[in-house]
Amino acid sequence: MNSLNNFLFIVFPYICLTSFVVGHIWRYKYDKFGWTTRSSQWYESRLLRWSSPMFHFGLLGVLAGHFVGLVIPESWTEAVGISESQYHVASAVLGSIAGVVMVIGLIGLIYRRRSTPSVFRATTRTDKLMYVVLGTVIVLGLVTTFYWQILGGGYDYRLTVAEWFRSIFYLNPQVQDIVVAPVLFKVHALSAFLLIGIWPYTRLVHVLSAPVGYLWRPYIVYRSRDDQPQAGNRDPRPGWEKPGLSGTRR
Amino acid sequence: MRVMAQMGMVMNLDKCIGCHTCSVTCKQAWTNRSGVEYVWFNNVETRPGQGYPRGYEDQEKWKGGWKLDRKGRLRLKGGSRLHKLSTIFSNPRLPGIEDYYEPWTYDYDVLINAPAGDDFPVARPKSLITDKDMKVTWSANWDDDLGGAPEHGHKDPIVKKLGDKVKFEFEQAFMFYLPRICEHCLNPSCVASCPSGAIYKREEDGIVLVDQDSCRGWRMCVSGCPYKKIYFNHKTGKAEKCTMCYPRLEAGQPTVCSETCVGRLRYLGLFLYDADRVAEAATVEDEHQLMAAQKSLLLDPRDPEVLAAARRDGIPEDWLEAAGNSPVYDLACKYNVALPLHPEYRTMPMVWYIPPLSPVVDALTETGHDGEDIGNLFGAIDAMRIPIEYLAELFTAGDVEPVNDVLQKLAAMRAHMRTKNLGEPADPEIAAAAGMTIDDLEAMYHLLAIAKYEDRYVIPTAHSEVANALLEEMPGCSVDFDSTNSDNPVGENQPVPVTIESFNLTKQRLEAQDYKDLDYKQ
Repeated sequence: MNSLNNFLFIVFPYICLTSFVVGHIWRYKYDKFGWTTRSSQWYESRLLRWSSPMFHFGLLGVLAGHFVGLVIPESWTEAVGISESQYHVASAVLGSIAGVVMVIGLIGLIYRRRSTPSVFRATTRTDKLMYVVLGTVIVLGLVTTFYWQILGGGYDYRLTVAEWFRSIFYLNPQVQDIVVAPVLFKVHALSAFLLIGIWPYTRLVHVLSAPVGYLWRPYIVYRSRDDQPQAGNRDPRPGWEKPGLSGTRR
Repeated sequence: MRVMAQMGMVMNLDKCIGCHTCSVTCKQAWTNRSGVEYVWFNNVETRPGQGYPRGYEDQEKWKGGWKLDRKGRLRLKGGSRLHKLSTIFSNPRLPGIEDYYEPWTYDYDVLINAPAGDDFPVARPKSLITDKDMKVTWSANWDDDLGGAPEHGHKDPIVKKLGDKVKFEFEQAFMFYLPRICEHCLNPSCVASCPSGAIYKREEDGIVLVDQDSCRGWRMCVSGCPYKKIYFNHKTGKAEKCTMCYPRLEAGQPTVCSETCVGRLRYLGLFLYDADRVAEAATVEDEHQLMAAQKSLLLDPRDPEVLAAARRDGIPEDWLEAAGNSPVYDLACKYNVALPLHPEYRTMPMVWYIPPLSPVVDALTETGHDGEDIGNLFGAIDAMRIPIEYLAELFTAGDVEPVNDVLQKLAAMRAHMRTKNLGEPADPEIAAAAGMTIDDLEAMYHLLAIAKYEDRYVIPTAHSEVANALLEEMPGCSVDFDSTNSDNPVGENQPVPVTIESFNLTKQRLEAQDYKDLDYKQ
């Protein structure tokens, strides 16, 4: 049992995180052309119009909640005067709202994908795998929330799951923290790591290129022909000038 | 003043016969792939008509291009940066299949392989999107030659604007063709709309391109472009657009659409413009003044001061020479007969049009009048308000005066050349009536009617020696090799640079009698 726990809550997360980082670097290096949202709005927009924003905005809310719950230690929120019971109510209410919005959006998106022939035809096998894993993570998360946080009166995952989650990033994983957590939390966490593991090989790569830089860049972009990297040419190292360009047009 | 060069195009609409050769050759060259079946970098529209995609000119619906806000500042009509990002999960202004058309093919296999029977086998249309049988109900040119105009003609956004004045009854109808490519604007709203910064304007020649490696498929450019000349490749999930055939231009060749144009109506050449004043010109409040503002950006390539500034800003000598011989500058700024398409979008488009005189001449001839008599022509231009108002909505934001001026010049040219061909004495009054001289009229005639290849296309080659200079100075590549022969930009029949690594392969290739002799395993 111990070795299984060690594998599930130490080895497996690290494999997934490594896959996430290395996979993204590999994909960026070798498949920039395939790095896209693969939007299907051109095929169908009537269902997408409400389902996609519901899913994405709901998801952003859920992610923000996870950030607060997992990354910020309970001692910090207590220090600013938020008691665990207050925190529990706030997170259960806000999390449930965001989660329900997201799930309605996801159901809409999956229904759209299945019922619109053009969209279904544009669905790849990795898309389907991704939908299954993502759906599993979301359903498990929602079930956990309803079972434990709403019906069960609240489980303080911040003392167990969150401690374990942070310990992974300290490179000092504390298995004993997660082992004591209810099984729903464990399965949800594991499925989430699986999603992180397959992330770079699916269309989810578009999350990493969320275009926040657009808010600050100038409207019109100019580029020189010569800025195009030629095959086999590596970028000049900082500190060294490009040779032979004085006197010619840049 | 910051001088930049811009590759521009002028199309002489009087010569367009609507044969779609440009569209077809462009498609064969660039968009004969899956995912872009519906994409026409070049299309030819019959006007009045809805265009492609349907009704793209209705910017109250599509919100393409720029607008001025209440304080008179230039803003994207589609909304602020924050607004664009907030609608990124579902772009409310994105045209869909129904606005273009569902691409299809035919089940040709049936024609050959159908078993013998009582009926002729029929090749049914099959959707290229779903592979299923489909009913063909619309395409990129469904309203070609005013087809279905009594039913669909009123859907043309310009016809809507002009109200009931445009008639589609056979006797009262007028029409002309409008070939369209990307405008390669000086103030491109697609570039400004791209969240990833993947669309850019080339510094050297102003061509607007999509970096396929940076595009993330956010689709904002498609709705941002008021001309709807950015298309979404539904297979790759990336935006694609007219490249102005830059690989051909770099080698000194005209674009495919120009090269194959049956009517020889396209002109290619350089504009020099003042990049510092683009935003200022696009912000002019009065829409009728926008065309003048746009023209004021274009610098006289024969003015020594402009040339000095251009040299300072690094434009090479042969480009300046090409700019000096530019047919597009002459048509737009010297003879003032070329007009931009929809200047009211404030994008400063760089594909210009000479409006057609033919609707006027046709109407005149049908009434039994002499269509080449200057008095008749001028009278007709004055009398035929509807076609001219329509042209004005296309080219001058509704201001009929500039369109009138151009048509009078074309009419004067026509009348003057008729007197000349008939051996009658030249009448300077004809030229003067259009505000021109006889010499100008004849020079314009030469450019518009004779239009030899080298007069229509003045294209300086790209400066590959900049890239080659890098190669030459690379250590270990010491073979002297002149690649800057401007007479032969493609590099045919030139000595091939040989290095130790490529010596044997090069020798083998030179001596081989047959490709089978080549040993590629090396």
